Amino acid sequence: MSEQSQFFDEMTGGAEAARPCYDPYDTWFQGEDLEDLRKKSAQAEAFFRRTGITFNVYGQAEADERLIPFDIVPRIISGREWTKLTKGIEQRVRAVNAFLYDIYHRQEILRAGRVPRELIDRNEAFLPQMIGVSPPGGVYTHIVGTDLVRTGEDEFFVLEDNARTPSGVSYMLENRETMLQMFPELFSRIKVQPVQNYPAELRRSLAACAPQACDGKATVAVLTPGIHNSAYFEHAFLADQMGVELVEGHDLRVVDGRIAMRTTRGYQPIDVIYRRVDDDFLDPLNFNPDSMLGVPGIMDVYRAGGITIANAPGTGISDDKAIYSYMPDIIEFYTGEKAILQNVPTWRCSEADSLKYVLDHLSELVVKEVHGSGGYGMLVGPAASKKEIAEFRKKLEARPSNYIAQPTLALSTCPILTSKGLAPRHVDLRPFALMSPDKITLTPGGLTRVALKAGSLVVNSSQGGGTKDTWVLED
Amino acid sequence: MLGKTAGGLYWLFRHLERSENTARLVETGFRIALTRADGTDDEWTSVLQTAAVDQIYAQLHGDIDQAKAIDFLLRDETNPSSVLTAISAARQNARLTRTHLTREVWEAVNDGYMILKETLARPVSIRDLPQVLATIRQQTALVRGAMLGTMLRNDAFDFCRIGTFLERADNTARILDVKYYVLLPSVTQIGSSLDNVQWETILRSVAGQRSYRWLTQGEVTPKGIAEFLIFDRRMPRSLNFAISKVAGNLTYLEEDYGGRMPSHDQIDVIEAKLKHGTIDSIFEDGLHEFLTGFLADIGRLGAQIDQDYRFLG
Repeated sequence: MSEQSQFFDEMTGGAEAARPCYDPYDTWFQGEDLEDLRKKSAQAEAFFRRTGITFNVYGQAEADERLIPFDIVPRIISGREWTKLTKGIEQRVRAVNAFLYDIYHRQEILRAGRVPRELIDRNEAFLPQMIGVSPPGGVYTHIVGTDLVRTGEDEFFVLEDNARTPSGVSYMLENRETMLQMFPELFSRIKVQPVQNYPAELRRSLAACAPQACDGKATVAVLTPGIHNSAYFEHAFLADQMGVELVEGHDLRVVDGRIAMRTTRGYQPIDVIYRRVDDDFLDPLNFNPDSMLGVPGIMDVYRAGGITIANAPGTGISDDKAIYSYMPDIIEFYTGEKAILQNVPTWRCSEADSLKYVLDHLSELVVKEVHGSGGYGMLVGPAASKKEIAEFRKKLEARPSNYIAQPTLALSTCPILTSKGLAPRHVDLRPFALMSPDKITLTPGGLTRVALKAGSLVVNSSQGGGTKDTWVLED
Repeated sequence: MLGKTAGGLYWLFRHLERSENTARLVETGFRIALTRADGTDDEWTSVLQTAAVDQIYAQLHGDIDQAKAIDFLLRDETNPSSVLTAISAARQNARLTRTHLTREVWEAVNDGYMILKETLARPVSIRDLPQVLATIRQQTALVRGAMLGTMLRNDAFDFCRIGTFLERADNTARILDVKYYVLLPSVTQIGSSLDNVQWETILRSVAGQRSYRWLTQGEVTPKGIAEFLIFDRRMPRSLNFAISKVAGNLTYLEEDYGGRMPSHDQIDVIEAKLKHGTIDSIFEDGLHEFLTGFLADIGRLGAQIDQDYRFLG
């Protein structure tokens, strides 16, 4: 490698030779010509543009579609590492579901004092409309995208649980499709576990959670906010891959106690709706009255067992960043086991001692909004200027309970292809878990996001991050 | 299938057909301008009329001038029928209906959009015009080919075809209507042949000059041209051909859905008028009146299909 990483590098582990899981790839790479690979890289971009794998950026005057940069060097995980991650994620998904059921029913965990009551009561992500509601099949989080980071050979941390409507799975699938087209010979040399079953598994898993009112085969639909949403491509892609309709709020209405879509043959009932619309916009009668994206009355139909909403409304209470710090307790409370995957140590700025520590160490810490997402509204201390830190300090002092802080992790790096050859860049990983009443399924791999700027820790696509294909090897 | 999706497919193919037809009109105008001696820009007036954008043009640009007219027809995004507007609208509809398009159709639309957006990013010089027009024809043909070769013959396909042929019928009827006076017996003496330039304009706009010569062994008469473009079922841009296609696809929908809609009654009436009409009776009652009536009929039919299949609500 032409540049050395000061962090744990997943290809080399800091040594001269490649780590075992990268060894076959390394051998192949040594025989390749850099110019040829650069050409492949340009071809991959043309492939993405042609397929229309784009996203829209909010707050840009020229609201055109953009490509997320794709790096052609795969991120490789051994089968053994994956097995451990799988167990850890399954455990968390089960705990999150049990927590949600409890929070909207007897609230045992609050009574037991393991999670402070005010964290729930004053939380906007807690939906009173869900109290006492049991979702069909007992599933709250049909799709979970757990964000993981790595800092060493055996050091994985969960960064976020993403139990609302995690996005990015279309990139997992299209990145693989692109790699198969670009480098067929690599896949015949190296046995990579397939990801292509995800859409079929998603459909099966959603249909398995059909509501009482469903008789016969479940009709599934994907609900999108529309063509201008940043993830519209993904919504259309998933509907297409599952072979189900892609609907918008104005295609739907309540008919005879069911949610029905306007088809060329009249209104037809939907059993399961995979919504990519936030809770707040789901139902103007029950939530934000100005919402044009949802379906008036869908919550009433839901409570009466007329439709399954995936993920269930109100799941946001479980992936809130303030709740996150209690996850080890939550896992232990519901499963009786210790958490397999570690949490990142977290200071809750709502607590006076923690706030003092955070204010004293702003230049070392990452500070995040409790409800934020997409890398917006956060401070990365070591990368911030004095002015930025001073400004952030004011915001933090004004509303401490709105923030949590975490140490800046020494995120692992993976090589990307640059004009000078391979160079290490920081990465994270979002595997996707599907939950149905009988099982939890993880697709081997997930979305690897990579910071394309040297030294940068921000991997979000909205802020200049790219993606890689993620390989889990057959061991 | 969602009503919105059916509407999206219908409009995707209407816009695609429109972009091709506009390019053909530009091609015709350009050809006439090159071959006529007097150097006037009259031809562009009738081209703009045919595309039904003469009034918008007059508001924006006033006097008719070849360079402005070409730019307006190819690139102007305020012109609802310009090639760029139509191809952008086609692609937007394709994004909306991706779940019902094959990957190949989507890629053909998306490629066509990317290529034409780039090609039409700057005004097109006269030197490049033939190549640009050929590119437009090729890109739309690629979409049509991908559709015919890869799409299931189901309701989605029917809506694509209905959009294509309603737009085409509309276009051919407009071409005839703008030129109807050329074809009237009062203008040309019975037995005399038409002004070459005029009949060529008409046939070229529908890519029919060669076919017509083959069919008539070179004998060009006003009545013959009108009959060819209205009644001839062998001519893929004639009214009768386009309407028979719309009728066929509406019938498939009727069988598929097991329900007869008001639009089925309307298409029957339109078909019957073509079936029982003759070119003599049309000339007797007035060609302009016939075409105006036809355009109104298919306008109503489009609105009825929109309603019957719940495109919007």
